[in-house]
Amino acid sequence: MHRFIDLTLTGLTSGFVYAALALALVLIWRATRVLNFAQGAMAMFTTYVAVSVIDRGGSYWLALVVALVVGFVMGGVTERVLVRRVETGPPLNAVILTLGLFIFLEALAPMIWGGKTRSFPAHFSIVGIKVGSSHINLSPFDLFTLGAVVTVLVGLVLLFQGTNLGLRMRAAAFAPEVSRLLGISVGRLLTLGWALAAMVGALSGVLIAPVVLLSPNFMDAVLVFGFTAAILGGLDSPIGAVVGGIGIGLVLSYIGGYMSPDLETVGALVILIAVLMVRPEGVFAAAKQRRV
Amino acid sequence: MADRPLLEIEGLTTLYGAVRALDDVSFGAGEATITAVLGANGAGKTTLLRTISGLVRPRRGSVRFDGAELTVLPAETIAGLGVGHVPEGGGVIRELTVDENLRLGGLLRRERAGRGAAEEIYELFPPLSSRRRQPAFTLSGGERQMLAIGRALMARPRMLLLDEPSLGLAPIIVAQIMSLLQRLRDDNGLAVVLVEQNARSALSVADEAVVLNLGRVVKADAAAVVGADEGLRHAFLGF
Repeated sequence: MHRFIDLTLTGLTSGFVYAALALALVLIWRATRVLNFAQGAMAMFTTYVAVSVIDRGGSYWLALVVALVVGFVMGGVTERVLVRRVETGPPLNAVILTLGLFIFLEALAPMIWGGKTRSFPAHFSIVGIKVGSSHINLSPFDLFTLGAVVTVLVGLVLLFQGTNLGLRMRAAAFAPEVSRLLGISVGRLLTLGWALAAMVGALSGVLIAPVVLLSPNFMDAVLVFGFTAAILGGLDSPIGAVVGGIGIGLVLSYIGGYMSPDLETVGALVILIAVLMVRPEGVFAAAKQRRV
Repeated sequence: MADRPLLEIEGLTTLYGAVRALDDVSFGAGEATITAVLGANGAGKTTLLRTISGLVRPRRGSVRFDGAELTVLPAETIAGLGVGHVPEGGGVIRELTVDENLRLGGLLRRERAGRGAAEEIYELFPPLSSRRRQPAFTLSGGERQMLAIGRALMARPRMLLLDEPSLGLAPIIVAQIMSLLQRLRDDNGLAVVLVEQNARSALSVADEAVVLNLGRVVKADAAAVVGADEGLRHAFLGF
């Protein structure tokens, strides 16, 4: 039982990180119908920026803020400068573009920061909290991770459901042409959507880095899991991304704990294939309603 | 020159590839006037509205709205000048609720009277009132058209472009929409450009009529004159 609880807590924490990355993918998909394969690489890049801030004597919090801001700017610039050029072409163009960006960033990072694996400092202890006489698999840093992702989720819900800006962003994503007829500057909102998504992605990078060590491709596995989570939940559904992320985190933790850690990636692949075969639109997608 | 019309279109030519969807179109539409734009499928009616509201750029010609040249402005700016465009089928955003659709229309207005304005629309269209929190895809065709028109009115436009508002609707709902347009014309001085294939119902409320055929203006005159022209009716209006 103790082991089950430990695996559940571990799965929950990594699940929240996958949820954040899945959410970033969903935000971009909803806004521009582009699958951002560079999402992980962008988060890797901003995490390296964060670690150089810390290397230069900056505080953890400063590093976190810098990573988020750089992510925001990077996402916005990517949309405005690169993605906008392929939005009107065949969908494959956008796929090639984000794959190209992915390769570019993973080649650029070792040129700037070197290719060696290094550690990323966590501001809080990553040793499990002591409950009674034993440690459980939930560290103060895990709690920080959960809190940070929940804060971002609540913030996004408030933005999209509670503000006029969020209403405009949703309208621009669902019906760009009609939105323009209602006086909405669709182009600007799509840029903002990418910027927000990249910021959420940057957060996931900083949160997972202390646990998995930093290297130019350290986000690749997280991208695979986040991608699986997004497909599982439905690429159109932010709630689906979150539930999918937590679900994937739990399942992979159980697979890793009860079977073998080597099987985690295979497990994600099996889930991905199963979802695509049984319910390709995702568990939470409103695809059926949309056909009306 | 005395009293220029609110909307002045001159020599408007719009191409789709090699096809001239609009060919040297000129006419005017005034305040407190319903101008019907009639013609068969492919006559260029929808293209005309899309060119006015900036979704399509013309090859030549000018569109002036209250003196401002629209052909160089982006669609979102044109909407801000007071041009409301209800596209074919309404363009209701299905994923959003009825209330959110209405709110979107009101965002254009500078003064912060969103809530009161929405109440006015709900009074105008009682069926919408009971469905405020439902996603728009649950609405019937007639309700969607009401929502689309209501959303456009939320912005308090000076001119309303309507693309086939009667398409697929029951005659009684068409009659309701037509009489609403008359009321908006008389009470608010709204300029209405009404694109219709259903020429008979459009002419019954219109003051002016423009008949298009293959992108060219065949006739632009008072609605009564166009309606009485039997040759024109048989050749282009199908009744």
